[in-house]
Amino acid sequence: MLQPKDRGFVHPVASEITPRPVFESRRRWIAAATAAAVLGPRVALAQNQAAGKGTPLAGARSTVPGAITMEKPTSFADATRYNNYYEFGLDKSDPAEHAHTLKTRPWTVAVEGEVRKAGTFGIDDLLKLAPMEERVYRLRCVEGWSMVIPWLGYSLAELIRKVEPTGNAKYVQFVTLADRAQMPGLRSSVLDWPYVEGLRLDEAMNPLTLLTFGMYGQVLPNQNGAPMRVVVPWKYGFKSGKSIVKIRFVEQQPATSWSLAAPQEYGFYSNVNPTVDHPRWSQATERRIGEGDLFAKKRPTLMFNGYEAQVGQLYAGMDLKKWY
Amino acid sequence: MVLTSTPRRPLQSLLLHPATKPALFAVALVPFTLLVIGIVRHTLGANPAETLIRSLGDWTLRFLCLTLAITPLRQWTGLAALARLRRMLGLFTAFYATLHFLAYAVFDMELAWSDIVRDVGKRPFILVGTTAFLLLLPLAATSFNRAIRWLGAARWQALHRLVYAIALLAILHFFWMRAGKRNFGEVAVYAAILGVLLGWRVVRAAQGRYFMKLGSQSAKG
Repeated sequence: MLQPKDRGFVHPVASEITPRPVFESRRRWIAAATAAAVLGPRVALAQNQAAGKGTPLAGARSTVPGAITMEKPTSFADATRYNNYYEFGLDKSDPAEHAHTLKTRPWTVAVEGEVRKAGTFGIDDLLKLAPMEERVYRLRCVEGWSMVIPWLGYSLAELIRKVEPTGNAKYVQFVTLADRAQMPGLRSSVLDWPYVEGLRLDEAMNPLTLLTFGMYGQVLPNQNGAPMRVVVPWKYGFKSGKSIVKIRFVEQQPATSWSLAAPQEYGFYSNVNPTVDHPRWSQATERRIGEGDLFAKKRPTLMFNGYEAQVGQLYAGMDLKKWY
Repeated sequence: MVLTSTPRRPLQSLLLHPATKPALFAVALVPFTLLVIGIVRHTLGANPAETLIRSLGDWTLRFLCLTLAITPLRQWTGLAALARLRRMLGLFTAFYATLHFLAYAVFDMELAWSDIVRDVGKRPFILVGTTAFLLLLPLAATSFNRAIRWLGAARWQALHRLVYAIALLAILHFFWMRAGKRNFGEVAVYAAILGVLLGWRVVRAAQGRYFMKLGSQSAKG
């Protein structure tokens, strides 16, 4: 707020005035949330029905700062039919069509490398490792579109603390399943399989980094990375590995699939940043999927996807143009 | 050339039928109509703008292939009446190309012309696609009979040979657009079709020169 000394009137800065669509959508959200609190299970049930026939998964609303955006969530249909998951094909509609071949039980996740308690975790043990939370995150794809998704999971930090990283652990690498029998997309040579992603240990430990098991009140649909994935809301979507079978703690910055495929286009960090363009397109704006009609205006993309308050300090002093 | 052989006659008369051109016109509008229905009924998927831009690009490329197929088909089959359809197919190529460009300008760039200019400079595949589109405009503008008379047949033909450059730019545009995902399956199909259609012309031109040389030699002899 600007507060001129000579006047009694407090002038808001133009940029601080909440635009009408935003406050209206907040009001709708608050109304819906109030209705949900009052009507409780009946509304939740209705939402699950709208979301399809998935197995329900419950989670308490997260209290982690920044974990719940008030923006209107993307429809379940859009969030589950417009996906990038190249193991099931290159078109956005391919994962929804082909991911039914993925077998999510039995499922184990190997934790190895620079940890004191390396081992293999069964998916059912991982589901019980910490209390499940619901978090509503913005998701910004490097291609220039975005969604708002209610995820279910807990901070990856919970698992990391359990396995006790050694002093040598500086990075975490996530390895996605690569099984030709279940994943028709592996025949394509677009990337080297398996899909690998990684984070710096402090990024992985940030409470916003979510080990994710569900969305929209149910277990993850296969095409969204079942049975377990990570979600790193301040980075472009491809940083959030799906259907994870291995988590490695390493000393050197690990290889990541897209920076191997096109190092000049995709860096290790890949933080959402409207001021650093992709070499082939602008990252200043984004199209929010399902928002308005064909003529809806694009939204300005926010620094760190709007999570600057929570994660900005991780990159203090870094040249983000260099470390893209 | 045997224009009178019996099996070809039904096809030839079908092509010459007065209803053929209106029928082709209606068929060529089907993709456009389906897209409009998709917009109205919200069935273009989660990202309708993207679906629209890409479908219009696909149809531009398809009509370009059809247009370029007319002359080789006419030469292979001897169906001279095929030539009647070429102008309409060419104009539909320009129609879908224009919609493709407008959809990009409106839905992707929100008609911010300074952004579009910057985007053309920034993204090679946009530059190539825009160039192809701009080259197509004079061809569409000189498609009517009087334009041929104004320009003179030779100049008109020279101008319309630009379509070969347009075809190469179009396939490069498509290739570059798909390069991000290295998803070249469809690109290869269109490249093969255009390769045959353009290659055929190169071969014929070479043969023509060869026979012309033979002819002039024998005339001297």
